[in-house]
Amino acid sequence: MTFFKAQEISISFGGLKALDRVSFEIGQGEIFSIIGPNGAGKTTIFNCINRFYDLDQGMLLLEDRDISNIKPHAVAEAGIARTFQNIELFKNATVLENLILGRHRHRRSSVLTEIFFSKSVRRQEIECREKAEAVIDLLDLEAYREQRVLNLPYGVQKTVELGRALAMDPKLLLLDEPSSGLNVEETEDLSFWMSDIKEDLGITILLVEHNMHFVQQVSDHLMALDFGQVLAQGPPADVLNHPEVMQAYLGEECVAAQG
Amino acid sequence: MRFLMRTAYQQDIRLFKYGSTLGWYVALVAGCLLMPLILDEYLLSQMTFICMYAIAAVGLMLLTGYTGQVSMGHAAFFAIGSYTSAILTSKGVPFLLALPAAGVMAALVGVVIGRPILHLTGMYLAIATMGFAFIVDEVLVRWESLTRGNMGFYVDPPVIGPWVLDTETRFYYLSLIVLILTLFAARNVLRSPTGRAMIAIRDSEVAAEAMGINLAQFKTIAFALSAFFTGIAGSLYAHKLFFINPESYTIFLSVELLAMVIIGGLGSLHGAVFGAAFFIFLPQIIIMTKDYLPTYVQNQTGLESAFFGLLIVLVMLFEPMGIYGRWLKTRFYFEMFPLYKKDSFKREKKYQKAERH
Amino acid sequence: MLNEILQTILTGISIGCVYGLVALGFVLIFKATEVINFAQGELLMLGAFISYSLITMLNFPYWAAMLTTMVVMGLVGALLERTVLRSLVGEPVYAIVIVTIGLAFFFRSAVSMIPGWGTDTHGFRTPFTEQFIRSGNLVISWEYMAIILITSVLIALLFTFFRYTRAGTAMRATSQNQLAAVYMGISVTRVFSLTWTIAAALGGIGGILLAPITFVHMNMGFIGLKAFPAAVLGGMGSLPGAIVGGLIIGVTESLAGIYLPEGWKDIAAWIILIGVLIVRPQGLFGVKEKKKV
Repeated sequence: MTFFKAQEISISFGGLKALDRVSFEIGQGEIFSIIGPNGAGKTTIFNCINRFYDLDQGMLLLEDRDISNIKPHAVAEAGIARTFQNIELFKNATVLENLILGRHRHRRSSVLTEIFFSKSVRRQEIECREKAEAVIDLLDLEAYREQRVLNLPYGVQKTVELGRALAMDPKLLLLDEPSSGLNVEETEDLSFWMSDIKEDLGITILLVEHNMHFVQQVSDHLMALDFGQVLAQGPPADVLNHPEVMQAYLGEECVAAQG
Repeated sequence: MRFLMRTAYQQDIRLFKYGSTLGWYVALVAGCLLMPLILDEYLLSQMTFICMYAIAAVGLMLLTGYTGQVSMGHAAFFAIGSYTSAILTSKGVPFLLALPAAGVMAALVGVVIGRPILHLTGMYLAIATMGFAFIVDEVLVRWESLTRGNMGFYVDPPVIGPWVLDTETRFYYLSLIVLILTLFAARNVLRSPTGRAMIAIRDSEVAAEAMGINLAQFKTIAFALSAFFTGIAGSLYAHKLFFINPESYTIFLSVELLAMVIIGGLGSLHGAVFGAAFFIFLPQIIIMTKDYLPTYVQNQTGLESAFFGLLIVLVMLFEPMGIYGRWLKTRFYFEMFPLYKKDSFKREKKYQKAERH
Repeated sequence: MLNEILQTILTGISIGCVYGLVALGFVLIFKATEVINFAQGELLMLGAFISYSLITMLNFPYWAAMLTTMVVMGLVGALLERTVLRSLVGEPVYAIVIVTIGLAFFFRSAVSMIPGWGTDTHGFRTPFTEQFIRSGNLVISWEYMAIILITSVLIALLFTFFRYTRAGTAMRATSQNQLAAVYMGISVTRVFSLTWTIAAALGGIGGILLAPITFVHMNMGFIGLKAFPAAVLGGMGSLPGAIVGGLIIGVTESLAGIYLPEGWKDIAAWIILIGVLIVRPQGLFGVKEKKKV
């Protein structure tokens, strides 16, 4: 059984075909990256998995379960967590509250027990905090624990978003351009965290990226996308040297010059 | 400056952040309990009104301040609570049952109303709730067999066990206790997953859904909770006034509640109480300053309203974050003293990029 | 029978035009500044009172009064923007909403304190009072007809203004993206001023048009209250939608008043509004905003 499979997914907006029969497979515990020029459809794939868009055609399968038509809030229930290209944090809440919110899908209490803040609610709260602290330890967010997110620097906000996704205990992690806007040091940290997530936590990662160096460093498999169509798939070296991929990124003349 | 040192998770989920806060609140409650000894009947009755409106404001605050759903129709829930309680007690139902029943009835209506209009946002939602309030108002007027329409409904004073609560003092204690319970319940919800989900919905619906929060479900819960508390406040209101009719529950009341919540300080329970206090004290202040105005102006009937409107405008111009916002800023100043930076709260005057097309 | 239905519809269209005008001002302000102006109905009331004073106390002829009212209300709008609203740029929306609510309270009560206005109901004669058009069995009051005609003229003028003048284009640009407008050299502050001026003037004209029908009194603002559902029904970002919304509400109310039992008139419009919103959350002509992530 393949861990995650996208089969011939297609979606159009008006007359524009954003995704055209895109297919790919991700194995358990892999880091799979999607690259491509702007507008290629990379984030659209994420939005389809998250069910913000309805697919026109095709299927998405997580561990052989069809998740193409589930409700948007059921995606987290299925074990898929996500970060966003432009940060979508809960700005008025603290870092800790954001992380604890990541654990929402594990909630077992009902409103009535919460009004009385019963023992079980208390236990649940403490357990949430334990898990959140584990994430804080992993990502070195101790200094920012009690601060409002809107006051934090950009790099830290991105880290908090990653942390919130991790707090969910997901099976599959979708990261949308995690290294954009980060400086060299922060990108280094990120690549270490990626291997930590993969090896220590056993989470499968699906990545959208522009930073080629970063992508080469961390990925097991790569897929190049342009105009909604798959150009190439496979190990990073193969994909990056594929003539069509180079053409999409560097232009025809450069490819010709390379020979 | 105070630092928070915690060594156990238990300390993090406590009701009060610092131990000293608990002390202050105990003193406050003690002070409130002693009020009947200090204040005369009139002022005590005003305090009772503050309690009642504060409970309703807590309801609205949960919906608007914490979940971000604007409601301009909360007078409807207030009315439903009033009439439910009045009708039930007139049929012999004991007050201690009628009070929560009023809340439950309002909550049920809240669910019925909330469900279809959940996916509305901003102004659309506000106007839809306003419409709903008009409809409820009309129903109360027309359904004469139940509500006696415009002729009004006479309400019995509440009876709890051996006590008949027909004095100011007794009713004050009742309202105070209900307010404290309400605040406690609201605080509990807010420090639980439901409360956090509500804040998540306010700050980013997209991210909330990605975290597994069922928007429809939690918005409905927010509506129901909000209506519940407002309904309870309505019940108290009915039993205090002894006589209710649909005219007391107009769009004015809805707007007043909304203004209470905003002027008090959106997004805080303190704001609900401050807002209620502000709106009850305001007419008193106006009446007092009236004496200093020239006689011609003094005798105008519209003066209070005009002053009222003007004061609301001035308060918001002076402190858009509301009374609680100003309180926080002042406290921050003293906490930081003498290292307070003058522009700590300066808001960048910015133009907005419209998210509409 | 047919006569009665036509009369009712015409009355509805006529009142609907007034709602539409107020809604138009409301949507204008919302589009350009993202402010929800709850005082729009009171601007209608002020316009009515000003025109009343001009006509009865200063003996202005009707058309001169209308023009003057327009200008005076425009100035009121500009003044409001300059003194109150400008200091609130960048503040959260709810703060501004409360300010406009406070202004509404203030205007309503202040009007009741002004000598000659007070809490009484006033009326004045217009060139259309007691004039009728007769065509076969059809009898139509000129008062209602005049409202429809004048509103149409106003809408045509506004349309031309927005489409073909620089100021109009600047307003449209600002309503889409304030920041970009600033970068392009548009004086956004001037656009705000202009927006409030026009919106207040529209409200004022609504007042003078409505006055012969509902008479002039301090509670006229409640009629303005109906303009909000009109604006929402049409879709908050749509100017033609505001007019259409107003017409729908006007006609619905009119028909409900005649053909439905008592009490339905007041809530018919709301029921239609809520019904439409459930099916189309963005109003009839509004655009569905989906946040792009």
